Amino acid sequence: MLTVSHLRKTFGPLVAVDDVSFSVGRGELVGVLGPNGAGKTTTVSMIAGLITPERGEVLIDGRRLASDTDPAKRKIGLVPQDLALYDELSARENLRFFGSLYNISGVALDHAIVQAAELVGLADRLRDRVKTFSGGMKRRLNLAAGLLHDPDILLLDEPTVGVDPQSRNAIFDNLETLKARGKALLYTTHYMEEAERLADRIVVIDHGKVVADDTLAGLHACVPAAVGGGPASLESVFLTLTGRSLRD
Amino acid sequence: MLTPLVAMVRKDLQLFFSDRRAVIMAFAVPIAIASFFGSLFSGNNTTARARVDVAIVDQDQSTISKSVVSGAQGDDNLRVSTPSADEARDAVRRGRIGVAVIIPRDFGEAAGHAFFSRAGKPQLDVLFDPSRSMEVGLVRGVMTQHVMESVSREMFNGRTGEKVVDETLGSLGAGNGPGITLPYTVQEEAVTSGDNVQYNGHAHSFAGMGIQFLLFATTNLGIEMLLERQRGLWKRLRSAPVSRLALLGGKTLSATLIALMTLLVSFGFAMIVFHVRIQGSIIGFASIAIACSLMAATYGVLVAALGKTPASARGVIILTNLMMVMLGGAWVPTFAFPAWLQRATVVVPVRWAVDGLDSMTWRGLGVGGAVVPTLVLLGFAVIFGTVAFARFRWEEA
Repeated sequence: MLTVSHLRKTFGPLVAVDDVSFSVGRGELVGVLGPNGAGKTTTVSMIAGLITPERGEVLIDGRRLASDTDPAKRKIGLVPQDLALYDELSARENLRFFGSLYNISGVALDHAIVQAAELVGLADRLRDRVKTFSGGMKRRLNLAAGLLHDPDILLLDEPTVGVDPQSRNAIFDNLETLKARGKALLYTTHYMEEAERLADRIVVIDHGKVVADDTLAGLHACVPAAVGGGPASLESVFLTLTGRSLRD
Repeated sequence: MLTPLVAMVRKDLQLFFSDRRAVIMAFAVPIAIASFFGSLFSGNNTTARARVDVAIVDQDQSTISKSVVSGAQGDDNLRVSTPSADEARDAVRRGRIGVAVIIPRDFGEAAGHAFFSRAGKPQLDVLFDPSRSMEVGLVRGVMTQHVMESVSREMFNGRTGEKVVDETLGSLGAGNGPGITLPYTVQEEAVTSGDNVQYNGHAHSFAGMGIQFLLFATTNLGIEMLLERQRGLWKRLRSAPVSRLALLGGKTLSATLIALMTLLVSFGFAMIVFHVRIQGSIIGFASIAIACSLMAATYGVLVAALGKTPASARGVIILTNLMMVMLGGAWVPTFAFPAWLQRATVVVPVRWAVDGLDSMTWRGLGVGGAVVPTLVLLGFAVIFGTVAFARFRWEEA
């Protein structure tokens, strides 16, 4: 459903993404793990059409996006890392606006708003202004805004930053529901336990390059077993692949 | 108590000086504006003096009236044109000149007689733009000088003078000689949209201040766009299948509506409270208001396109907005500027907006008077919009 081939992007002398390739299939959740500045967000931005890659291509169902208004963009839903919401508007007004960007209107839009709000557990707070929401509620609304147009592919860029365990768990449940509905999900994070719980496959990126692309079991097999004979933790695998030096 | 207090002050000073652009704006902007306007109004001899545009209509064509016109034309304070009476009135009404002086038929002879007697003083008609009333006093003084010079020269040296002096000497014997007097009277007329229509200064001040706050409203929308970028909202907008034209067009349209509402609400207040009236064309007023709002909206989008961060853009727009409204005549009338600056301010859109709204309110011009200001403002909107579209940062990393 989503194929990324040989993507490259530089910002001046900085090579942010270098020859990144992977794919995400229907009903699959691929976790993208990487330290700060590894190139995760830049990769997601290129997939969403926010920045143009210098090299490589992004294929949606085998087709390359042609322009800003390419209808194939409707197949992608973006949940950015930032809380991209209008605090002064109500949750319903926010969702109405974001849905309208995809040419949804009238009853169809009302229906989409209710469905998305119910999925994230905010149906009873639709009238409230976003500025009255907690951090976790804003995160869930941020997710709902990316689902209004019922995209086949969902790009989630660190969607649980700064939320409490309850909200994080609710978001995990939402994502598992979406996966069960056949959506392709790309999920960037640097929380190991999230990738362990959710991901069917994990792509590890460091210094802009893919350093591993495998299932959890496959990654565990890459490093020696832990003391006592059990498999190494994902964090050990991650640190083995990306090193222990601090990233600034 | 003292340690935290000092720490608070030190921290705030560190933060203040850490934003280099804000520091420059805080120190340089007041210095730049004060220096600029100080130099304009300091009467510096190296600056070309602002001459008052005055039309003189000589219906007399006598030796004295020709001498008055010639004297005025040679005066450093005036820039004299000599149109017909109708043309002069129209020019004053449109604000192209501040004052017109009409020298009536037989003025010279009557002024000669009046020089030595009280009876039969001729009348100079002075038409003036009521928004430029300061200029009337100057013109009246300068004209007094030239009339007195011309009349006295003719009375004491010319052929008319010999005859008039003989007649006056005869009357002195009758004991009714007043000595030398000002040989004419002045009838001043403020040229507005109609004979019974009083000039309402609020029409001009609401045009100027309305446009000033409309500019601040739209540039604030530009700042909001930069804040939206910081908050990741433009990622969402750009990820949707919406064209760039629709994104910036939508922003421009909403800013235009907000600007238009700002202008109409302030004029509505002026109409209700200060009895400002659209004496000219309502369609013309509407077209200028819409064009002005569109210009301001595209200017706001330009701020978003050229600004890097909300903080840095905020500092720059304070400077540019203040300069635009001041140079556009919203605060100080443009006729008070030096001649070169009066010519230069045609590149300031605010000037066209203020002049255009004045034309439709108290000047009472028809829809034809709105055409040029409307087109010029739309031209500015096209330039601002094109540059904004070309320079807008579309990539969202």
